Amino acid sequence: MNACLDGNVLAGALSELFTIDITSATGQCVSCGTSGAIGQARVYADAPGLVARCPACGQVVLRLVRSPGRAWLDLRGITCLEVALPG
Amino acid sequence: MARAAVLGRLTWQVGTVAAVRDETPTARTISLDVPQWPGHLAGQHVDVRLTAPDGYSAQRSYSIASAPGGTRVELTVQRLADGEVSPYLAQVLSVGDPVELRGPIGGWFVWDPDDTGPVLLAGGGSGVVPLMAMVRTRAATGSRAPFRLVYSARSDQTALYTSELAGLEHAGPGLEVTHVYTRTTPAGWPWPAGRATSDLLAAAGWPPEKMPSVFVCGPTGFVETVADLLVGAGHQPGKIKTERFGPSGGQ
Amino acid sequence: MAAVSPGFFGRRRAASEKLPPGQYLVTDFPVLSAGPTPRVDTGKWQFSLTTETGEAHRWDWAAFRALPADDITVDLHCVTKWSKLGTGWRGVSLDTLLADVATSAGYALVGSYGGYTTNLPLADLLDGKAWIAFGYDGDDLAPEHGGPARLLVPHLYLWKSAKWLQSIRLSDSDEPGFWETLGYHNYGDPWREQRYWGD
Repeated sequence: MNACLDGNVLAGALSELFTIDITSATGQCVSCGTSGAIGQARVYADAPGLVARCPACGQVVLRLVRSPGRAWLDLRGITCLEVALPG
Repeated sequence: MARAAVLGRLTWQVGTVAAVRDETPTARTISLDVPQWPGHLAGQHVDVRLTAPDGYSAQRSYSIASAPGGTRVELTVQRLADGEVSPYLAQVLSVGDPVELRGPIGGWFVWDPDDTGPVLLAGGGSGVVPLMAMVRTRAATGSRAPFRLVYSARSDQTALYTSELAGLEHAGPGLEVTHVYTRTTPAGWPWPAGRATSDLLAAAGWPPEKMPSVFVCGPTGFVETVADLLVGAGHQPGKIKTERFGPSGGQ
Repeated sequence: MAAVSPGFFGRRRAASEKLPPGQYLVTDFPVLSAGPTPRVDTGKWQFSLTTETGEAHRWDWAAFRALPADDITVDLHCVTKWSKLGTGWRGVSLDTLLADVATSAGYALVGSYGGYTTNLPLADLLDGKAWIAFGYDGDDLAPEHGGPARLLVPHLYLWKSAKWLQSIRLSDSDEPGFWETLGYHNYGDPWREQRYWGD
């Protein structure tokens, strides 16, 4: 059984790093070019960190590790993040 | 687009249990008073952190059940037999106790009451909680957005919010609720127990041409099945937002 | 400082002097994974060992299972703090696999079906410290725990024991793997509590 969740599960951890909500930001998968909201990513949360994968091709788009005093974020799987800002 | 309710990274706050009310034999709603609460959007959740006297802590996410309302935040917790956090929240926590929480969290799985388009909500088990926040927000804001809710539960003993949903359905136009019972149906129920099918979703939901905003929430299996059925019926994947609670549907 | 939750004690967590610092005992076997469980047919399974000169040694399932195997009982320590003691495995020692391999490489870069990687000094795979395990608790190793075959290096944190083992590349240079590039300690000795960079 695929124990994966969706991108919502990233929201809490990312809220420690960003002042804006990242799950509604859109990104493009570096591997296959599919674009979508981070909330739509398939997230594997039963791991030493959070691993978000592209819902289309399964490649890693985002990774996050949290230790008691530090966090590490890898966004190399996304070409860039597009964030809507209040106008 | 979700407005950032507060600038600055989220920090932990302490709320106080103002009231508790049983929803079913295994679920109850906790009403928290959170003095610094910045407000929230329907569909968002909080992280709850429990700390034992020896410093051990456990953290879980819970969807906010209530519509935005000042410093009041309501969570509905389903007790899982082998859970670590849910038995404490559903049975031990008492009025007056502190609860550490962080939120509101999430900006993707949210319904904006300024949206007037049709909405299809599909909830499995405790997945109905964030959808109930949407239903309550619609009622509180006087929104006329047409809502159709498909709510799948094991039985009417385990279904949440049944009488409130019936009341809201009859209180005014625009909210239609279809219950699905997967194990035991209530007396006189016209349909056999079973899971939601594409026929039921078509009858109880919106045709794809209406381009509804779709929110599906619950255990992972439920979410994947329903999302697949809706895409198969012609709904655009980009209009379907999902919140998987994991294989067991919660903690 | 976190507010104490009145009446909350958490799951019973047993500590003992047999455990590395910060660990607690579990009786189940948690499944952690960075992606979907690969389903590898033993008919198509292949393990490759490549030296620093590019010389490749390959085993299909039949050849691998023809190698002498050991039954071992080891303790597992996961960086997420759970430990499981006295676990029974059946596997081929890396000493057996490397017996006829000429190498002077210092490092091993481990690859899994599905793309996971990890790295460790070659010395930590030798002298009875590591196995390629295909049996757990008297049964075939289940896919969720890394079957058909996984690396097992019990003296390091369990993320080094790559599931769904596909390859080991011997190299003169160290290449941090999946978790080692994202904050996890490059070596990972549980007894020195080397969980994160700089520990």
